[in-house]
Amino acid sequence: MDTLVIQTLNSIFYAAVLFLIAAGLSLIYGVMRIVNLAHGTFYALGAYVSAWAVGTAFGLGASGSGNLVLAGQLLLLPLGAIAVAAVGAVIEPTLLRPLYRRPEEYVLLITFGMLMILEDAMKFLFGGTPLSAGSIMDSMGSIRIGSLLYPSYNLVVIGVGIMAAIGLWWFIYRTRFGIILRATSQDRRMASALGLNVGRVYVQAFAIGCFMAGLGGAVVVPAQAAVLGMGVDALILAFVVIVIGGLGSLEGALVGALIVGFVRTAGIQFFAEIELAVLYLIAAAVLLVRPTGLFGKA
Amino acid sequence: MPAARTGPSVPVVLAVAVPVIVAFAVLPRVVDLYQTELLIYGLTFAIAALGFNLLLGYTGLLSFGHSAYFGMGAYTVAFIVRDLHVQSMELCILAGVLSTFVIAALFGYVCVRHTRIFFGILTLALSQVLWSLAFKFFWVTGGTDGIRVARTGITLLGGLIDFKGSGSYQKFVYAYYYYVLALFAISAALMWVIVHSPFGKALQAIRDNEIRAGFVGIRVRRYRWIAFVISGCFTGLAGVLWVPLNGLTTPDILYWPFSGEIVFMTVLGGFRTFTGPIVGAIAFNYLKVYAVASSQYWQMVLGCVLVVLVMVLPTGIVGTLARLGGKLRRG
Amino acid sequence: MALLQTVDLKRYFGETRAVDNVNLSIEEGEFVSLVGPNGAGKTSLINVISARLTPESGKIIIKGEDITRLSVTQRVRAGIARSFQLVNVFDDLTTFDNVALAIFSREGKTAHLGTLAHLDHAVANEADAVLKQFGLAAKRGDNARDLSQGERKLLDVALAYALKPKLLFLDEPTSGVSTRDKGQIMDTIASVVRGEGITAVIVEHDMDVVFKYSDRIVVMAQGAILAQGTPDEIRKNEQVAMVLLGSSGPDAFTRKD
Repeated sequence: MDTLVIQTLNSIFYAAVLFLIAAGLSLIYGVMRIVNLAHGTFYALGAYVSAWAVGTAFGLGASGSGNLVLAGQLLLLPLGAIAVAAVGAVIEPTLLRPLYRRPEEYVLLITFGMLMILEDAMKFLFGGTPLSAGSIMDSMGSIRIGSLLYPSYNLVVIGVGIMAAIGLWWFIYRTRFGIILRATSQDRRMASALGLNVGRVYVQAFAIGCFMAGLGGAVVVPAQAAVLGMGVDALILAFVVIVIGGLGSLEGALVGALIVGFVRTAGIQFFAEIELAVLYLIAAAVLLVRPTGLFGKA
Repeated sequence: MPAARTGPSVPVVLAVAVPVIVAFAVLPRVVDLYQTELLIYGLTFAIAALGFNLLLGYTGLLSFGHSAYFGMGAYTVAFIVRDLHVQSMELCILAGVLSTFVIAALFGYVCVRHTRIFFGILTLALSQVLWSLAFKFFWVTGGTDGIRVARTGITLLGGLIDFKGSGSYQKFVYAYYYYVLALFAISAALMWVIVHSPFGKALQAIRDNEIRAGFVGIRVRRYRWIAFVISGCFTGLAGVLWVPLNGLTTPDILYWPFSGEIVFMTVLGGFRTFTGPIVGAIAFNYLKVYAVASSQYWQMVLGCVLVVLVMVLPTGIVGTLARLGGKLRRG
Repeated sequence: MALLQTVDLKRYFGETRAVDNVNLSIEEGEFVSLVGPNGAGKTSLINVISARLTPESGKIIIKGEDITRLSVTQRVRAGIARSFQLVNVFDDLTTFDNVALAIFSREGKTAHLGTLAHLDHAVANEADAVLKQFGLAAKRGDNARDLSQGERKLLDVALAYALKPKLLFLDEPTSGVSTRDKGQIMDTIASVVRGEGITAVIVEHDMDVVFKYSDRIVVMAQGAILAQGTPDEIRKNEQVAMVLLGSSGPDAFTRKD
């Protein structure tokens, strides 16, 4: 029973991180019709920046020095997300915007180029060794679930995931900017004809999407160290999430992330060898039967 | 009255192709062993890119999962050499292309139900199924360590040429170079005929306007599927030829960034021309090898090249040269 | 037996009855004009017959054979070909290859991948003959995208014609071209189609053209057939005049010759 609770929490923890990444990917696709192959790398960048910020500000051995330090560290975590959003805000107008009139292959390719550049930029900036903000995890301790211990920090991540879902939902469906965003995603030319500044909407949407990926990295790094290649792995899972949920759908990203989270946890338990294969096959099956995903619009 | 020209003249094409092949045949006498080895890699990737471009350039479908077919060819060779003690390279080719055919027919059947971005994601997702299997079933596939395929265990031309004993490495490189060159020439000729056949024209019609293609009676999905399978088989053959050269196959060649590299090569050369993928593959191979040799940040170098390419030279090397040539001729 | 017979054919778009209980019959060798105001359902009817749209109900019968459930390509094999109101050709293929492709397809040769397309002299000669008939011979080596609008319209028709269909549908073959080119395009099409006795159904707004070339005129309004008859009968039909005048202005029937 306790194990079941732990496994459920693990699934949700995993789903929360995946949701953050996938929601950003989905938002970018939904508004701009861009499949951003560098999105996983943005997630990795967020993880690195946050781990670096926490590590630099508090020294590497500063764990356990009181609640003030912990609070400071937690406050520094979102730096990763902000940094990635800033990178996104620079990339969209410089690299992507000149390509919107060209066939979509070119945009896809340039995001692949961005992936290669960013992967090595991270290697250059942060070195080849894993970077962790594990001190946060350590100083937050654990909670007791029945006879088992569960890291308290994971609950923070779950909380962030839920808050991000609510925040995004509010943002997209309840704010003026959300209306503009949805209008642009439905008909770019119409939005432009109505006098909306499509260029500005695009850069904002891209930056927000990047922010989400960076946030995913930022919240995961106290639990898992940032390593080279983590972004490349994460991208495909984020793809699986938004394919299952529906490209461009926020609800879809949420449900997709939960499905992937639970299947993965179950997979690690019961069918470890084919756990990833099962996920990819689910994605392919959904695309085949319901190409718009569970929540996508036709 | 003879009909006016409506397509490329075969003698003219041969007049260009034959000297090129002859030049390639002479090259190992001019360049050193290492350069010869690099050329074999380049020619192998050229076969892969030729196959890939049947889909991208001629059918208008961007596959982001061609690593699956390259990897399928490579792993098939690794399996039959290790487990069935096959030595003949010809048998390897047969088995490798056959297994790629099966997997491409299966994956293709699913993927051609979609076009554009959905097609790309489907090919990607399915290729990653193979990757994850190769990655996880380590007791079969060796996991990330991969499977070794020793060149000493391989024979060419039904056992006529083997590579045992001293000086075998040198012998292998030179013999294998001509072996791959011959297969490359055959592949290129085959592909050239395919894209200039009525079938090839039908594919281009589908690329241009799939709706009208249907209204002139072309079975669009069926033809896309056939193109997909042919494309996969060419890339599979490349995977087969790559293994003995590399001596090892790892899940990396099934992982999606390798699919990205195949796209990269093709666009580097220019996907709107027949020769583009060939030039692109050979150029990409050099680019990558020298980037890796000269900097630990080789990915950044390649990434920058790709970005510049897409921004400034979208028609690739061959497309750009053709345009420059056209300008020069017009004065 | 009629070449084409539609039985109670229906196609709705929500509340709009694009095709409403149409019973159309086309005899072999006829040249029929389909006229009516915009939104009368002319293009929808052609779309349903050519499988661009599926009908809600009803039957489409070619020479006694029910083809309602056949796919686009199967209907092409059954002998139905069409052109499009908005030019629909293969832009990156040459004019010659466009037409040659249709011939290859008709002869079941598009599955051939071991022969060179341009060495098939029978097809090449036929393609050149078709291009000549449509006045496109000089443009055979140009990509379709580089042709003028009028030439593209002709190529669109030539693609359908090269399939040697039993029944040829031409959806506004002169729309979008200058008045000066209109007459020439219609003359070209009429000389080919009439010259070879091809059964054709043409959607056309220019009543001069309609009266000049048609054996029979079918008038549609609000998805249904309002009237049909010879040009003379239609010219005298007041109900038709009302409908057509309402859409195309007071000079709908005045001849300019």
